[in-house]
Amino acid sequence: MAAAATCGAGAGSPGSVAAAVDRSSATSFQRKGPRAGGADGGGPRLVSIAGTRPSVRNGQLLVSTGLPALDQLLGGGLAVGTVLLIEEDKYNIYSPLLFKYFLAEGIVSGHTLLVASAREHPAGILQELPAPLLDDSYEKEFDEDGCNHKTPDSSMKMKIAWRYQLLPKMEAGPVSSSRFGHYYDTSKKIPQELLRTAKWHGFFLPERISPPLTVEPCHLTHGYMKLLEFIKKIVSEEGVDGSHPQKKTKNILRIGIQSLGSPLWGDDACCAEACDDSHSLTKFLYVLRGLVRASLSACLVTVPAHLIQNKAITARVTSLSDTVVGLESFVGSERETNPLYKDYHGLIHIRQIPRLNNLICDESDVKDLAFKLKRKLFTIETGL
Amino acid sequence: MADRSGYQQMTALGRSRLKGKLTLLCDAKTDGSFLVHHFLSFFLKAKCKVCFVALVQSFSHYNIVGQKLGVSLTTAWERGQLVFLEALKTSLDIFFQTPAGPHPLQFLREASARNLQPLYAFVQEALKPEDGGEATWRHPVLLVDDLSVLLSLGVRAVAVLDFIHYCRATVCTELKGNLVALVHDSGDAADEENDLLVSGLSHQSHLILRAEGLATGFCKDVHGQLKVLWRRPSQAAAQRDRSLTYQYKIQDKTVSFFAKGLSPAVL
Repeated sequence: MAAAATCGAGAGSPGSVAAAVDRSSATSFQRKGPRAGGADGGGPRLVSIAGTRPSVRNGQLLVSTGLPALDQLLGGGLAVGTVLLIEEDKYNIYSPLLFKYFLAEGIVSGHTLLVASAREHPAGILQELPAPLLDDSYEKEFDEDGCNHKTPDSSMKMKIAWRYQLLPKMEAGPVSSSRFGHYYDTSKKIPQELLRTAKWHGFFLPERISPPLTVEPCHLTHGYMKLLEFIKKIVSEEGVDGSHPQKKTKNILRIGIQSLGSPLWGDDACCAEACDDSHSLTKFLYVLRGLVRASLSACLVTVPAHLIQNKAITARVTSLSDTVVGLESFVGSERETNPLYKDYHGLIHIRQIPRLNNLICDESDVKDLAFKLKRKLFTIETGL
Repeated sequence: MADRSGYQQMTALGRSRLKGKLTLLCDAKTDGSFLVHHFLSFFLKAKCKVCFVALVQSFSHYNIVGQKLGVSLTTAWERGQLVFLEALKTSLDIFFQTPAGPHPLQFLREASARNLQPLYAFVQEALKPEDGGEATWRHPVLLVDDLSVLLSLGVRAVAVLDFIHYCRATVCTELKGNLVALVHDSGDAADEENDLLVSGLSHQSHLILRAEGLATGFCKDVHGQLKVLWRRPSQAAAQRDRSLTYQYKIQDKTVSFFAKGLSPAVL
């Protein structure tokens, strides 16, 4: 980050703050922050990492969420150094899909993954990832699914996809892909050779949990504390926080955390309105954001927001995240039989988009967005 | 530096000694951070000494926006005009290891922080007048972005109100400076602690700037409405408080204000 900014007053400042000043001036990670790719005052030095691209608006480094339609709605992609929060749909049918797309995109782009879950083993999650549709097979998918709902936006999306074809493709291996944002076939599993080349770290809560102390340091739920320590360890091991300046090739760390806030993590935010750990989830998100901001990572967290009893926590969780996307599926609701929604599976709400390094943000003009899981593709369409 | 008993005395003294301006920035269902960027660049350009407690964003974020608004935070920091507490970064130090001494963000380690005394000590140290007579900078300013996040981190609303009360005593009365703080106002009564904080601060403020979304919903050309309210908290309410309402549109390097309904897009 641009020259260590804590406490310029010098004399009398607490020791640990002064230490932060020294540490950051020792790394070479100074002038160009991990997020401010081209927008720094000291001249643009775009960091070229596979699977990323600078934002059109302010040179911010972006990664794809795995869903090109969602990337477009978020202003080009997910900014590196930010946290994307997905509010799960009621029966948790579609949010695991977004989670898997995010991870699959990381594997195809060659990023390092950190998968955390309290429910499923990360190795199992990775086995279930969808297969990427590389090169020409995706065009057939678009044609087969018909063109009845051709809104101007989706036809523009087609044109962008065509242009990608003209870009020189990198050679053979399934791992390397010069494209930003891929399409995935949810009916097929990711090929094993692609998985084998992937670099990932897993955090499965039942394996990591040790007999809890009576009072946790910082008073976080035991599971959250362990996860934060694990993330910090991986961030410094992988060197994404700039702690290994001699490392030539930089890579992005994609962190995926599933169902944060659910009782499986030991948090009772979903169980009672006046819960004991009422600040656990929000403190966790704050420290997570601090970790992610200071490194070349992008984080996706899914939260069962509909289960959280205390609405104040939901509001605080939203303001503590950078980007917030809510999924509302029609399953089981009266909208399922509403003729207006008959072709769609649910609504997608872009609740918050961050204003990073800028006074304004790329808000989409259209607020009515519905999603549909077509035979093999997840599409988002505008206007109903 | 005030010791613990001094802090408690100050809290008990009440409002009678408080003068100076407390400006409250409030946003309701919209993003009011443009006001923070404005005040930061305004005070830096006015050659005031600024202590900025940035709890939600990183230094480079404010720096890049500041450059669009015409100030360089890096230069201001190097010259000693700006004291910046980048909480996102320093929170990692205090969270993962036990600190050696008192740390401004010590409340992160506590279950339910009863007071923000270390943070106050940091502010007091940052803004104390320079020794040796001649002051390089004009009156000091404390800027906080934002106070609502302290509630999410386990601090009680009463503790935040005490902290502001105490900062007002030092910054506004003693040092004749200004205090500007941002809070989020959710409006619906879901977050009681936050409502308590907002009402408590509103009653103490001299100037309230409230950014809200439009009642009619999202509009591409008018991003929201800004209500400006001048108050005199220490005097009797015999004189009416003045208030003005503007609508605004945020652009890349500036924010344009216009009277209600007179947006250039509509005319």
